[in-house]
Amino acid sequence: MQRYLTKRFLQSLIVIFGITVIVFVIIHLTGDPTDLLLPPEAGPAERELFRHELGLDRPIYVQYFDFLKNIAHGDFGQSFRHQTSAFSLVIKALPATIELTIAAMSLSIVIALPIGIISAIRPRSCYDRLGMTFALLGQSIPVYWAGIMLILLFAVTLGWLPSTGRGGIEHLILPAITLGLFSTAAIARFTRSSMLDVLDTDYIRTARIKGLSEYIVVLKHALKNASIPVLTITSLQFGRMLSGAVITEMIFSWPGVGRIAVQAIYNRDFPVVQTAVFVTSVIFVGINFLVDIIYTYLDPRIKYK
Amino acid sequence: MPILRKTWVYVKQSPLGGLTILFLFVMAALFADIVAPYSPINQDITQALRPPFFLEGGTFHHILGTDELGRDILSRIIFGARISLVVGFIAVAMSGFIGTCLGLISGYFRGWIDSLIMRLVDIQLSMPYILIALALIGALGPSLRNIIIVIGITSWVNYARIVRGEVLSIKENEFVDLAKIAGCSTYRILLKHIFPGVVNSLIVLGTLMLGRVIIFEAALSFLGLGVQPPTPSWGIMLADGRQYLTYAWWLATFPGFAIMLVVLGTNLVGDWLRDMLDPRQRAAVRGKR
Repeated sequence: MQRYLTKRFLQSLIVIFGITVIVFVIIHLTGDPTDLLLPPEAGPAERELFRHELGLDRPIYVQYFDFLKNIAHGDFGQSFRHQTSAFSLVIKALPATIELTIAAMSLSIVIALPIGIISAIRPRSCYDRLGMTFALLGQSIPVYWAGIMLILLFAVTLGWLPSTGRGGIEHLILPAITLGLFSTAAIARFTRSSMLDVLDTDYIRTARIKGLSEYIVVLKHALKNASIPVLTITSLQFGRMLSGAVITEMIFSWPGVGRIAVQAIYNRDFPVVQTAVFVTSVIFVGINFLVDIIYTYLDPRIKYK
Repeated sequence: MPILRKTWVYVKQSPLGGLTILFLFVMAALFADIVAPYSPINQDITQALRPPFFLEGGTFHHILGTDELGRDILSRIIFGARISLVVGFIAVAMSGFIGTCLGLISGYFRGWIDSLIMRLVDIQLSMPYILIALALIGALGPSLRNIIIVIGITSWVNYARIVRGEVLSIKENEFVDLAKIAGCSTYRILLKHIFPGVVNSLIVLGTLMLGRVIIFEAALSFLGLGVQPPTPSWGIMLADGRQYLTYAWWLATFPGFAIMLVVLGTNLVGDWLRDMLDPRQRAAVRGKR
């Protein structure tokens, strides 16, 4: 098991290394930041001096290694717009995004698992049809439209819930539903098919023949074995959510990393963009690694592969 | 004739609803100039913020109402279908092409190039693709061409993974070895002997991705980083309509509904194609239904 986890850990490191390259390339695609940072009346000599100060006149690989060295020290540069370090700006917004993502994920799992399980136990029943219609719609509705429609119904028309900002639990409900909608649908569909596969196996038939109650057969024998593919899709959905949170945060003015990043893109504040992309990616890689560890507990066979 | 009977079974199960939706939107996009009752960009302030026909104050002249500048919503939705479908089809074709090439190479040659491509896939999958796409467009500047390029190069991963997986199993077939012995060039083996085996999966994936790309394009426009006004795009209409939510709900509701319908159509057709074209899925479906 240790060998497997070590291998996965090294792969994660390679991925993080690759991410630094891509982030670096994106920043260089944006062109020369001197145009952004210097007033337009600056002369060529001033520009050259400024480029020298920023180290932009050195070869690109030297700049990249400097960039790596700085990242290792947690130094992502200063925000062009706010007079603070880009890293602290992003880290301060991180709890809001994590709160939203965890709320949305919990909501998805709590809703999706029962739908998937019930649909699988009674395939082609009206519960199955209803559940899968809901799942199909959930996968077809764009996040931003779902958010706007929820605001229209619960904030504008009924006035039950606030539509923007972060605060108590009432602020969290609409964004969490919005962000969780797609994943709820995906996890429900996946749970159904995974459970259907497992329910068709010999050991489930054996358990039934033994006279175990349906409750124990489904929840103990079937669900445990169906949980590995479900866990895979759930961890993938978690990454999707970190990404999808960008749009949800914009709609609900949720003060998270995604909103900061989009505002930074509007302002061409690229140190902040680059930090936000990097931090989000590293969190995602970390989650995937955690999921790998959980796998080895759920399915001891994995370590032999 | 068992083949006929089989075909009939699939036609019977075919998602007529999904196909109809897609057909209608493609027609609307192709013949927008003829179908749309008004110009999508002409403003008429005297007609501003008219509600849809079924509400008080609404007329049959503007079935879905008008926006804050008096532009006909239905006409804008019809013309918006053009942008969505053009971006959708080109971006899917582009990412499908990149992903298929890399997947074929990766699965056929294995070795270091496979490791390299698969690590690239890992890297891309670990990055928040919306943020990456937004950052790229922020860097390159928003335009129709850049949107298509950015969506194309950020969504090849799915194709590469699926194609690689299929190639790994197709490669084990005798006909591939025989083709090698017969002296076929690698290029010919890949194109004539292996590629046909992955076409089915590509069609299924492409259909499902079309819906996702349409959602994504509208998201970019919604955030102001997609096509630019006054071009009628569903995402822009949503963003505009959001500001009038309190007293003109139809502005944001109908364009979003259009996106949902198209995506529902692609999902229905994609699911059906998967059941029909993928033999393993087909067996599974028959067992389950």
